Order: sequence, then structure tokens, then C-alpha cells
Amino acid sequence: MDEAGCGGCQVISAEQRSSKHWELTGEGCEIAEQGSHEARVFSSIPDEGMPQGQLMKLAFGKVGFSKAMSNKWIRLDKGHEGGPRVFRTVENIEDSVRDKLLVVQKGQSSQLEEKEKSELKKRKLLSEVTVKSYWITKGSLFSTTITKQETELTPEMIASGSWKEKKFKPYNFEAMGVAPDCGHLHPLMKVRTQFRQIFLEMGFTEMPTNNFIESSFWNFDSLFQPQQHPARDQHDTFFLSDPAQAHEFPLDYLERVRKVHSEGGFGSQGYKYDWKIEEAQKNILRTHTTAVSARMLYKLAQKEKFTPVKYFSIDRVFRNETLDATHLAEFHQIEGVVADYGLTLGDLMGILHQFFTKLGITKLRFKPAYNPYTEPSMEVFSYHEGLKKWVEVGNSGVFRPEMLLPMGLPEGVTVIAWGLSLERPTMIKYGINNIRELVGHKVNLQMVYDSPVCRLDA
Amino acid sequence: MPTVSVKRDLLFHALGRTYSDEEFDELCFEFGLELDEITSEKDIISREQGDTKAEGASDVILYKIDVPANRYDLLCLEGLVRGLQVFKEKMEAPRYRRVSPTSGEPQRLVITEETAAVRPHAVAAVLRNITFTQERYDSFIELQEKLHQNVCRKRTLVAIGTHDLDTISGPFTYTAKPPDDIRFTPLNQAQEYTATELMNLYKTDSHLRHYLHIIEDKPVYPVIYDSNGIVLSMPPIINGDHSKISLNTKNVFIECTATDLTKAKIVLDMMVTMFCEYCEEPFTKETLSGDFINRKVGISESTERIAQLLTKMCLRSEVMSDGEQIEVEIPPTRSDVIHACDIMEDAAMAYGFNNIIRTTPRTYTVANQLPLNKLTELLRQDLAAAGFTEALTFALCSQEDIADKLLKNISDTRACHIANPKTAEFQVARTTLLPGLLKTLAANRKMPLPLRLFEISDVVLKDETKDVGAKNNRRLCAVYYNKSPGFEVIHGLMDRVMQLLEVKPGRDEGYHIQADTVTYGAGPASFPTLSLYSSFFPGRCAEIFAHGKSIGRLGVLHPDVISRFELTMPCSALDIDIEPFL
Repeated sequence: MDEAGCGGCQVISAEQRSSKHWELTGEGCEIAEQGSHEARVFSSIPDEGMPQGQLMKLAFGKVGFSKAMSNKWIRLDKGHEGGPRVFRTVENIEDSVRDKLLVVQKGQSSQLEEKEKSELKKRKLLSEVTVKSYWITKGSLFSTTITKQETELTPEMIASGSWKEKKFKPYNFEAMGVAPDCGHLHPLMKVRTQFRQIFLEMGFTEMPTNNFIESSFWNFDSLFQPQQHPARDQHDTFFLSDPAQAHEFPLDYLERVRKVHSEGGFGSQGYKYDWKIEEAQKNILRTHTTAVSARMLYKLAQKEKFTPVKYFSIDRVFRNETLDATHLAEFHQIEGVVADYGLTLGDLMGILHQFFTKLGITKLRFKPAYNPYTEPSMEVFSYHEGLKKWVEVGNSGVFRPEMLLPMGLPEGVTVIAWGLSLERPTMIKYGINNIRELVGHKVNLQMVYDSPVCRLDA
Repeated sequence: MPTVSVKRDLLFHALGRTYSDEEFDELCFEFGLELDEITSEKDIISREQGDTKAEGASDVILYKIDVPANRYDLLCLEGLVRGLQVFKEKMEAPRYRRVSPTSGEPQRLVITEETAAVRPHAVAAVLRNITFTQERYDSFIELQEKLHQNVCRKRTLVAIGTHDLDTISGPFTYTAKPPDDIRFTPLNQAQEYTATELMNLYKTDSHLRHYLHIIEDKPVYPVIYDSNGIVLSMPPIINGDHSKISLNTKNVFIECTATDLTKAKIVLDMMVTMFCEYCEEPFTKETLSGDFINRKVGISESTERIAQLLTKMCLRSEVMSDGEQIEVEIPPTRSDVIHACDIMEDAAMAYGFNNIIRTTPRTYTVANQLPLNKLTELLRQDLAAAGFTEALTFALCSQEDIADKLLKNISDTRACHIANPKTAEFQVARTTLLPGLLKTLAANRKMPLPLRLFEISDVVLKDETKDVGAKNNRRLCAVYYNKSPGFEVIHGLMDRVMQLLEVKPGRDEGYHIQADTVTYGAGPASFPTLSLYSSFFPGRCAEIFAHGKSIGRLGVLHPDVISRFELTMPCSALDIDIEPFL
């Protein structure tokens, strides 16, 4: 009922009552009148018996025959001359079905046991009927004259003071309000804002990641990722045909990178293979934002005096992968990097603990892993209370000296870093199973309209 | 990450005890492995080919274990067991040494210069007095396959051939010949073929056809002969049938041919160390200080304890006489150790990552936002407040999306092209946000009108002045989709954006819009040079100027654009560059 309804007027009050009783069905009435099918079968059979075929032709024949048989009132002689024949087996019978129905017909159904009634209901001879009625009484505001109720307060009523005499229709507080006419932010971007906020709270400076196209040099070689590494395969990386090559590199740094890959140095044996500049020049869509971290660390190393830094970024990366419900060719990578003298593995785990605590995740454990440009490398697992198991929430590690020293960073400087995808925590947060419903043009706008604010630690 | 599948009971037998699934999972986790799946051959067949096919298949329980991509020494049961046993300090790290054959003469493999044209490197070794069981034999074959798929990069870098040494006689010759001059009976065939015939024969072979391209177009093919001219193999495609190994093989000749010599040596080392206690490679030794490990990991253990930890990881270590330095033996199985930091990682793993005390670095820094992202964040909030809903569309799209469907020539777009897209959806990086928004509208046609969408994100344009020849450009794009075009709505949004950016209406220092000079009747066909303008309905499009510079356009979309994006209602759009406002 809306606010115009009478539910709360209290001129009258109505109380709903209901009662139940038993009634005979059409078939039940027929039996009360003429006897049950089985009794009628019995009485139809003369002393000399009756051919079964003839009996079956009677309207009550089929049901009555089987019931009378199970009551052992009659018998069937299958071998009788001239076909199967039915005979009486008892002298008299008592038609209890009819008797019971007559009791109900007289309105004395309470004399029957529940079991008997439900038996007759099963045979569709009885039915239970519910009667709904209203008990009407005067309400608290009962009146025999009708006053028109006002729907809303108006400026005129306020000016004249007439609202004091008016009666107002009550509101129906059960109804929904009118949705405000507004725009909405995308859920993934709301989560991005929160992650940005967390990094800013922790004193991390945002890196310029607005360069989707990157050279293989910065994306792989500078990270000490060998040129035959599977990640550099056509199957995993998008290469560019136009512009196909990068044409400008810091040449002395490039030479140090070539050397550490092919010959070693900086305390490393290197990978000992023929490093080719042509591979490094190949332009690609960056496969990770670590390419930007490499550019930033190189830039940092060119400063006259090293100053400690904390960097972060959240931006798109691209993989030429097979697509499925949780993988797209592009996704957002969240990355944090800290560079300072004397950082330890314990520091990396400590800072990850702080970071994840801000996301509402406090139970962490670390698994050894492999990554070409970090050593040690650790996968970060958190205990998921809902799934009751440890789930991978990110990757982390200490950048290899083969990556940092050729850049020109001082010997004692350690760089720790971690990364995770933005889509995964968002899908978990908003309960989305198919990534296409979240990212890309196939998004369901209703989902965008309906998504709540993002509080990661709540 | 490679996955190794091993029979559980066999594994437990080799480990000398049984584990519950949880206990084993825990052990894997500590050691940097992952127990990925517990299954059986029957399960696998029934999942992939249906229950009927699976009938009668083995239901022996298999553990599928994920192994880090650089640990080739864990790719088979033997290596896994060795690694885990040493880790649990149940056995000592093995030592490998080379033995000479009783005859005293080692086998020789002679490489001729013709191979330089196709596959220049080869290394070989002999495993003597080996006893194969069915399990060991299967594991031996599977290790070859795993190595082929991983470190050998699908046989391009390295190909392995194994032979029964007692059926052939050295010295062996690795050479290269024109395909028609090579003739032999290949593995599991009954007759001889020339190499050219073989390449044809294997074109339809589901397994081998993937390797044909490695040598197919070369003038000469690699081939290995024994001293009697018997063909051992034609790498990287197929071995000869004559020298094939069996359960009864006692002496195995292993050859690895390669385009990368370092990888060939790694692969050969793996093959011999995994399957034999004799190996021809000596240890290499590294020294480092206990202090180095303590400082990097963030622990303070005695030098002796650190040496113990390393030994637990198969890196046999001893404290040197000065009490500070540790001498570490790197076995040939550990090709991943190339720097002291690799040894440090093993010490940290043996100590247990989760036993290290978590500390907070004292690095003091002040946070800064990237100005471009700061502006983006602020504008997004206000665009939503203005009644527009944020879309999030792909940065990659088809050529058609940014050209044909927008009535433009692809050559005018400054688009960056992808060389290896798997589908048309990934042909180019977008040069405008408009197609993504129009596709979002198309996917949401059932939603109540009007639809108001925006996105602030990057497009990519070719730019010669950048080192990679391309740059991102931050754009703001909005669309209004309704029964009437609503130019005034999109115009009002533009005014609001300018207000937010503190640009007042007016020429010169302020902002103004100016009708595009194209008038009615200008279609893309009649005015191909006006391609920049052509996405809009003639006469219903204006260029936006701020501080005297063109920053974008707004207008009613051309009906052809609307229908090409499978839309049915009029639509107006705003598309501006926000970088001038930084």
C-alpha cells in the first residue's frame, strides 16, 4: 500500500481471521449417497458371479474391483469357463468409507481421526477448506464524517498557518525512495584510488607510467632478463610493427647491460650468451610497470648523491596471453619500490606486512619463488577467511645486483619491490567472477551504478 | 612454471616416509614448490576425454608439483627427491665425479664446420652401467621432454638425443649435409627415408611437426654418424631407430646439439647428474662471508650456522680458517647460481622466510603524486558529480574501431600497430577513447536512457621525438546517448570542465568553441582530406580552443558512426586533451 492507503488511518480496524473445515468432494458426495465403489461392486455381483469384463465396464468397476479385492470381499477365478469370473467371498460387508463420509457430511468431522481424514483426502473424497474473514471494529479515530486528508505540506499552509488544522496522510515508510540523478565512478577505479591513497599514506611517490609502449631494453634487458627468456616470446608479449624499434638509449649504460648479460661482471657470471642490440631495440607494449621502475632507478643513479626513495605506480600492462574468465590481454599492475642503503629481506617482509595491513590483511606468509630480476623472490600468500585457505596475493623480491650496479647505483644500496594486480582484489572485493563484467566495454553499467564505496580494510 | 607429475607412493618410497597431503603441501611450500594438484591418470583421462576412455586407466595417485622455472634440477622424481632429502638433512649433498671407461679411452664427438650454417654446437656424455627399471626409464624420457619444453625452448636452443652405446661405435661425427644426402631409418619406422621425405612425413605428426620449422628452410640439415656411418640422429627432429634405448640398455650415449652452447652444457649436466652418480663436471667453488648473508637477509647467525644452512640446500659449505668466510661448492646441477645473491637466497630459504623477523625500514621520504594523475583523480570525481558515469575501456582495439567505424583513414590516426595480435581486437593501441565508450553504450542498450558516460585515460600516438617513437596522451572523453542528440548537454559538460580547470569563456586567454568549417553535405567520401572532422555530423561539430590552442572537439556524431557501432539513437560526444592544463 502506498501513502494514499487506509492501512494506518485508524477510522476502522480490521483483523483477519481464518478457519478450516472439511468438505466432501463431488466424488465424496456420490459415495455418501450411493456407497463406495467397492461396496457397489460387491452388491452388483450376483451369487453365480459375474464375468470380469462385464464388471470392468461399470463406472465404478475399476477402482471398486481392486479395493474389494484388497478387502477380500470378492475373488477372481481366472480359469473359469468362458473367461475370468468374479465371485463374492463373504455374505455381508460393512461400507466404512461411506460411513465416515456421512459423519463428515453431518459436520461431525472431528469424530474422525486425522489419519482417517488424510486417507480419504488422498482418495480425493475429502478436501480441507480454509475460510478467510475480517473482523471489523471501530478504529481509534472512528468518525461518521469524512475529512479530506492533505498529502503534502505547501508554502501556502506555512504562510497561513492552516497546517495546524489539517490532517495529513501518513507516509508509507516501507516504500523505496527515488534514486538520485547522479553519475558513478567505476569500481576498479575506486579501488585504484584506495591503493593510491595507501601508498601516499606510506610516503611513496608516484612514478610516471604514462608510456604504454616500451623498448625491450627497458622492459627486459635492463632488468637482467635474458634475451631467450620465454616471457620475451611472441606468445607472451605484444611486439610493435610501427614504430617497430626504439632508437635512443643511454649508450654507456647499454654497454654495461650487454656486458653483464653476455660476460658477467659486478660479481656475476652473467648468462654467457651473445647479447644482441637488435633484440633490445624491439618495441613492445610493456609487460610490467617494472620497466618504468627501471627507468626511475637509472635516473636516480645518475644523481650526484644517492638519496633514498620510495616509489609506486598503478597502471596498465599488456600480455599476449590466452584469455579466460580471469585473464585479459591488459590489466593494471600495482607496484611498490624502496631503494636505500642496507635494506634486508626482513625489511621487505615488514613493509609488505604494513601495506597489507592497510588492506585489512594481517595473516601473511612467504613462499620462495623464481623471478629473473629479483633474488630472493617471494610469493606473498594471505589467509583467506572465506575460502579457508592460503591464496596468493602478490609477488615480491630484492632486485638483483646485475640489474642495479650497471645502472650506477652505489654498491651498498638495496632495492626491494613488490607487485600485484588491481583486478584480482577488486573482483574479490565486489564478488565478480568474470573479469569482462568488470573491465572493458562489456561492463554491466547497472553493476557500476550499484557498487558501494570502497573501503579495503572494512 | 613447469609442472612435474610424480607417482605419490614412489615419491614417498624414495623419501623414506609417507606424508599426509597437507604435510607434503607444507614441505613443498617451505622448499619453494607448490603441490598443484592431486590426481591420477584415470582422473586426467576422464576429465579430458570422458569417463569411458578412462576405464582401465591407472588410478595410482599422482602429485602434480609446480617447479620454479630456473630449477631444471627438480624436473624429475630423482632430482626432487634429492633436493628434498638434502633439505630435510636426511642425506648429504651429492658429489659428482667423472670416471674413465675401463678401456681407458673416452668417447669422442667430432664437430665439422658445416654445422655452423645450421646448428653449430654439440656436447656429449656417456652414462655407464646404468640399470633401468620401467619407472626410471619413464622418468628419464620425461625429463628429456621437460628439458626440451623449458630450457631448450622447444628444441630451438638445445635438442637431446640418447642412444644405446653398445649398438654403435665411436668416434662420432656431428656434421651437416643437404637433406637429400641424408638417408636412414628413423625411430619407430620400418624403412629408410631421405631427410626431405622425412620432413614431409612428419608434417602431419602431431608432436614432431612443431619442430620442423627449426631447420626446414636451411640448405643443410644437422646429422650425427658413428664410425660405421650409422645415423644416430638428425637433430632437432628425430633419432635413428638403430641406436634407440630400451629397458635393457646398459650404457647411454647422450648428445646435445644446440644454437646456445651454455644451455647445451646445462642440459647435458642435468641429464647426467639426474641419472647417474658419475659426472664429468667438477665443482665450482665460491667464497662469501657470513656477514654478507646476515646483512642481506636481516638475521644474525653464526658463520657455522650459515654454512649448515647452505649445506642443507645442496650447497656443501665450510667455514674457512679465518672464521669469517664460507667456501661454498656449487654442484653442476645448480646452474641457477651465478651471483652471491643466489647463495644468499638459499640461506634465507633454509632459515625459513617465515622465521625472519619482519622489520620496518627507516627510509624517510615525502610522498608526491604525479601531477597528471592528481588532476585526473580530481576531474573524475567532479565528472561523476556532474551526472556522468565512468567507463573503463581497453587500450587495445582493432584498426576498424579507430578508423573505418569513425569514418577516418588509418594513415591519419598516428596509430601504433601491433605486430603479432592473436585476434583483431589487439591490432592497434587506441588513438581516441571514443570507440571504447561507444562499444560500452552498445553493450548496455537495455539500460534506461539517457546514458551519460565518461572516461579519463591514455591514448597512444606515434611521436618521433620520444626514444621509443610513441607517447601516451591523457584524454577526457564523454558521450551522451538519448532520443535527441543533446548537444547542449555535452556542451554544458564542456563548460563545466573549463570551470573546474579555471578557464573562463572568451578568446585568447579563455576558452571558446568554433564551428568546423565543413558544412552540410560533407561526407567522408567527398572530403577525404577532412578525415579529422568526419566522425561528427556535418555542421554539428565544433573545435575547442583554450589559451589560444586547439584542445579537442565536441559535437553530434555522424549517423554512419552511430550505426557502425551498432547504436540506434543520436549521440553527442566531447573529446579533449587534458595535458595542456597541467
